[in-house]
Amino acid sequence: MRALRMLLRKEFLQIGRDHLMLRQMFIMPVVQLLILSSAATFEVKNARLYFVDRDHTTMSRGVAQRLVASRRFTLTDASPSMERANDALLARRVDMIVGIPEGFEREVMRTRAGSVQLVLNAENGAAAGVTHGYAAEILRAYAVELGAELRPAVQPVSAIDVRTRGWYNPELDYRDYMIPGILVQLVTMIGTLLCAMNIVREKEIGTLEQLSVTPMRRGVFIAAKLIPLWIIALLELTMGLLVGRFLFGVPMVGSVVLVFFSAGVYLVAALGLGLYVSTLAHTQQQAMFVTFFIIMIYLLMSGLFTPVRSMPEWAQWMAELNPVKHFIGIMRAVMLKGAGITQIAVPLAILAAFGAAMLALAVRQYGKQAV
Amino acid sequence: MNVNALRAFVVKEFRHILRDRQTLIVLLSMPLVQVILFGFALRSDVRNVRVVLVDPSPDYASISLRSRFAATDRFRVVATSATADTIEPLFRRGAADLAVVLEPEFGGHLGRGEPARVLIASDASDPNTGTTMQNYARAVISAWEQETVARRGAVRIAPETRMQFNPTLESVNLFVPGLIALVLTLVSALMTAISLSREKERGTLEVLLVSPLRPAQIIVGKVLPYLVLAFANVVTALLAAWIVFHVPFRGSVTLLIAAALLYSGLSLALGIFVAAKTNSQRTAMFTAMLVTMLPNALLSGMIFPIASMPAWLRPVTFIVPARWFIIVARGIMVKGVGVAHLRLELLVLLVMTIVLLASSIRSFKPRLA
Repeated sequence: MRALRMLLRKEFLQIGRDHLMLRQMFIMPVVQLLILSSAATFEVKNARLYFVDRDHTTMSRGVAQRLVASRRFTLTDASPSMERANDALLARRVDMIVGIPEGFEREVMRTRAGSVQLVLNAENGAAAGVTHGYAAEILRAYAVELGAELRPAVQPVSAIDVRTRGWYNPELDYRDYMIPGILVQLVTMIGTLLCAMNIVREKEIGTLEQLSVTPMRRGVFIAAKLIPLWIIALLELTMGLLVGRFLFGVPMVGSVVLVFFSAGVYLVAALGLGLYVSTLAHTQQQAMFVTFFIIMIYLLMSGLFTPVRSMPEWAQWMAELNPVKHFIGIMRAVMLKGAGITQIAVPLAILAAFGAAMLALAVRQYGKQAV
Repeated sequence: MNVNALRAFVVKEFRHILRDRQTLIVLLSMPLVQVILFGFALRSDVRNVRVVLVDPSPDYASISLRSRFAATDRFRVVATSATADTIEPLFRRGAADLAVVLEPEFGGHLGRGEPARVLIASDASDPNTGTTMQNYARAVISAWEQETVARRGAVRIAPETRMQFNPTLESVNLFVPGLIALVLTLVSALMTAISLSREKERGTLEVLLVSPLRPAQIIVGKVLPYLVLAFANVVTALLAAWIVFHVPFRGSVTLLIAAALLYSGLSLALGIFVAAKTNSQRTAMFTAMLVTMLPNALLSGMIFPIASMPAWLRPVTFIVPARWFIIVARGIMVKGVGVAHLRLELLVLLVMTIVLLASSIRSFKPRLA
């Protein structure tokens, strides 16, 4: 026990000495949170529009007017030439071309149906899909409006009245959703990378051999490496949560205690992974690189940016082994939906198992080296 | 003599890299694994929506609408019930994403020509997917309505949509240029930063600095091997994208590779700069990560469109190198444009590289004294 205490003291001293890193560890996450939480959205607030009107009627102008009036679109340019519109699209000056064919109004008057051409720059497929959704919705509303104008006697509303409602996030605020996930990302990156470079650093400097000849047990050594960073990562998370709560007003529907409890479990898993890599690696460069490789896969497949359920089946199975995915799921469920311990029991158990396995591996690997 | 010394130094650097087999294997296989894994797995569209149907009084019309949902590929009906109480627990457990609630007497109202109300409730804790799912559900309902309910006097405006440059909205086309940028940053910026600060930590950098090699030559020697590695990575990533995913190469491959080399040069310069400013491998790694990886992933338009960002944030993206490279790479691969359309972006990359290289060489000089 005394050995553990002394080692812990040494670790804390070493960390405290590195001022630049300490500063980065605590200031950068806040900056990142401020910036990244605003960046991570698919919502297209304003798409630039090129209007190609070959009809020149009240009705064709009405299309452009409705699109602009929605505030989702800005009219950047207009001409009757499709070639020039395509050029503008190619040069990224506009995001969408709206083409009204000749005789549009006549067609609508006669057959009650007209067609409008929408050409989108789909380099970014997700953004194009969202933009298209907005445009289609506006056109549908315009059609209903036209129907009412043309035959005011007939009941104007569509027969089925569809209302929509988004639960847990009625204002559809992207930040509320992203901040818990980005917090997880920051804590994971910082914690795991620091752990990964920790043991191998002693190896490189040569102090690990000295430690190996002391009577200290392997478990104590690993614990001494784990605990300081575990505390730092938890502090980091606390800070991030405070920023999220008071600066962005991210809701905390569920229990704070539960959030911290799961964070504690998760961090053992994440940091344990870092320690395991560290016992395997020979140089800091190697440790950093391998960890980065793993973290990148974990993060991008965690559902932080893209929904896990859109992935193919095999990738979803893989995601079950991904601690980051489970913890992001837990954070979102508890913070936004107010899930209790029973609802998150399964992912929590997976995290605990993962953490135990990683620690066991790290202790074993370290033991092998010491001999 | 100086040229010989430089050559010897470059050879030494190559040996360093080649000796560390594990890192080398990871380094070379990483782009391949990432392009393949993410190409298959990263999708920003929404599939397989689990829907709860609430139908208090089943009748002919409501059953027909329900079966429409069951028959649509995108939806999977996980529960059908008579009351709305079932929704909440399913949402909370994460077992359903969307609920379609029909009002009592749905068919009766339709038959009498009265408005029949439908509520679409989505689990919008992810607002993006939430809205998309709502739109899909709306589309199903209006298609059903158009077919089954006769509507007199209603006007229909059908959008004929063309998704230019990426007709199937393949996410791969979007991610591959971004992934190349990410891998290049990782290899170039992080590896250089660490390898230089390692020499610092061990004290071997001072030995180098008193050698007849000039600071610029030391930097060239450090950078060259990683440039070769970066080139190999670009080629593997592009081959994987082309063979496995049939990502289009509409423009000139030479131009693309030239742009990629320019971008890795920029990242290398950034790595050197970081190493010059930090004292240990740990801080170098940390700084390099914070100034390169995260901004490159999130502020470059790789995943999230820049147009969606708030106005104050958009100018910030101008200083993110990957933003410019991704425009170039996408332009060449997906749109097939040439230098003429990409002048500005290439120029920005070039200027950034020169400025960074110059300042990193300068910051090395004081250490000579």
